[in-house]
Amino acid sequence: MASPYQFQGTGRDLQKDLLANWYRRLENAPQEGTPVAYLFISGNIGELLRSFGFELVFPEVNALQCGIKKVAGDFILKAEDLGYSSDVCGYVKNDIGLATSGNRGPFGTLPKPDLLVCNYSGCNTYIKWFEALAEIYGARLFLLDVPYRRTGEEERREDIEYVVAQLEQLAEVAAEITGRPYDPHRLSQALAHARAAEDLWVRILEAARHRPSPIDAFFEAVFFMAPIYVLRGTAECVEYYQAAWKEIEERLTHKLGPVSEERFRVVLEGPPPWPHFRTFWELFKRWGVVCVASTYSKVGGIWDFGLRHDPARPLESLAEYAVNCYTNWDWTLRRRMLERYAEDYGADALVIHSVKSCRSFSVGQADVRDYFTRERGLPTLFLESDLADPRYFAEAQIRNRIDAFFEALEHRRAAVTPPLA
Amino acid sequence: MLVAGVDVGSTTTKATLLDENKRIRARSLVDTGANVVRAAERAFREALRQAGLEEWDVNFTVGTGYGRYRVPFGDLQVTEISCHAKGACFLFPDTHTILDMGGQDTKAIRVSERAEVKDFAMNDKCAAGTGRFLVAAAQVLGLELEELGTVSAQAKKPLKITNVCTVFVEQEIVMHLARGCRVEDVLAGVHSAIAGRSIALLRRVGLEEEITFTGGVARNVGMVRALEERLKLKLNVSPESQHIGAIGAALFAWERAAHGEAGKQRNAVGPEAAAP
Repeated sequence: MASPYQFQGTGRDLQKDLLANWYRRLENAPQEGTPVAYLFISGNIGELLRSFGFELVFPEVNALQCGIKKVAGDFILKAEDLGYSSDVCGYVKNDIGLATSGNRGPFGTLPKPDLLVCNYSGCNTYIKWFEALAEIYGARLFLLDVPYRRTGEEERREDIEYVVAQLEQLAEVAAEITGRPYDPHRLSQALAHARAAEDLWVRILEAARHRPSPIDAFFEAVFFMAPIYVLRGTAECVEYYQAAWKEIEERLTHKLGPVSEERFRVVLEGPPPWPHFRTFWELFKRWGVVCVASTYSKVGGIWDFGLRHDPARPLESLAEYAVNCYTNWDWTLRRRMLERYAEDYGADALVIHSVKSCRSFSVGQADVRDYFTRERGLPTLFLESDLADPRYFAEAQIRNRIDAFFEALEHRRAAVTPPLA
Repeated sequence: MLVAGVDVGSTTTKATLLDENKRIRARSLVDTGANVVRAAERAFREALRQAGLEEWDVNFTVGTGYGRYRVPFGDLQVTEISCHAKGACFLFPDTHTILDMGGQDTKAIRVSERAEVKDFAMNDKCAAGTGRFLVAAAQVLGLELEELGTVSAQAKKPLKITNVCTVFVEQEIVMHLARGCRVEDVLAGVHSAIAGRSIALLRRVGLEEEITFTGGVARNVGMVRALEERLKLKLNVSPESQHIGAIGAALFAWERAAHGEAGKQRNAVGPEAAAP
């Protein structure tokens, strides 16, 4: 039977098409002679590199693609064969395994980098990751040192100036590699696209304030967010979010949501376990759980508190954006963000998915749990596995914790509101 | 009225039958083994046999434990976290915190006045600090599980066991024995190490008296002593400690049956159902 709805599924389908096209462009880059830059998602300054004609590769995205396509385990083992310890980040090992296997993954073959831009320095492992890639590919490495965002103050002017100065240096390096001069006008045009996409993306995420929420702001948002992370600054990215908004708008009109009956609204902190993504989601769906806000959907940019790329201040706004990526925030800022989400989105609980791979995410989460349960009285569920390594996902244990948590919430709810006679 | 709780744990499976006055009519315990479904059935039948009853006499059955979804005759599945809370508060009504130490799991649970789970924390994907850690120690020391508590109670100079891995702890024990350390001192060290890990879990949920110690390991007097010494508190320990999950499950079944819900056993063709 044909769907009675016009736009349902478009967000997902279009995302798949966009990503497939992007990976095809990457595969063809060596033949076309297109320069290639590798960089990280968090606080990425992709628009600047694209303005020089670079195609962009995001190793984290490749790692998560391997995770979701269930080949991450093989690449991780390959890296461990090379001597990487079992304690090293799963994303790194996935990428090293991939790089030393002809760079061929489920998305096709990736081009070698002409330039490696380590644009996120909040995680020491990231720096070492790109140093290893520089060694493997013999490519030039540019380390963008982004100061950590400290509490109790606005971003410091000198921090922004420091990043801007480095972006100017990066522009010189990019010009040298591509033979194209820095073109501020071209960059501003890209930032205008970025801004338009950001406005639409925030509108989509904020639709989760409705009851029922039309979107799962974690399990669905991780698909919806891909274009703004990998293709931000392009016209096709803006078009994507226009189409995605139509889908969400239609869901709002018809009160459609990600689960048939919304029973619990939660805020989710932490990344997903990619190799077990479906299983993990199902464990929540069984309880009618909808994630109404999440921090992972902000790793590539926190725009819901007003931050935007600004075509009138290209390098400054890129620097502001880079400083304000989620994992570059200290725990007080992150905790405040979670508090706002819990309040603004009417959450019944906080769920923390702590991953072994990522210290930037996980260190401090136990304190966040204590704070929310003890100081705020918000029930908090703490789950542990990994974002990339399939070996750390113990389904029986995770299921047990999820069941026990929502069972307890349900018992308490039943005790407060007795069923009608 | 008769209700049943069946707790399918990683090591043992327990079944408890309660009557309308919440009195324990029968309880059984079998090894879980490889066949979870059969273990659940064996435990259930054994309890029925003890009570001299048939399956259609049971109004409602709740399954709990890791194998809860594999209890074919279960009418409802409840996690062992909720069931241990329920069972512990039933036996010790002033319970606020529960430490449940089973074969592969250690859980700390904080409960409200109404025996509702307020918070819980569990061991990570590692058996250190669980019953399995003691099994490993017993094996390498050539002792039966039942002897562990009494032997460790004789310790004069408990050793410090630093290993957190259930597999590698065996090497550490062998090393201590090779150096001439006494079995009871090594064992007391093992108990103390487990107690330390468990107390860390308890602190995560907030230690609030009274504390009830449940699960198979609660039968070990050495473990009770090690915990009490470190906590400087007295723990509630029931002779039924291993059955508390099944008792809790039966209490959930009792609530359902008291609301007039009938499980599938009851609806099956039995003498009563066949009567006109």
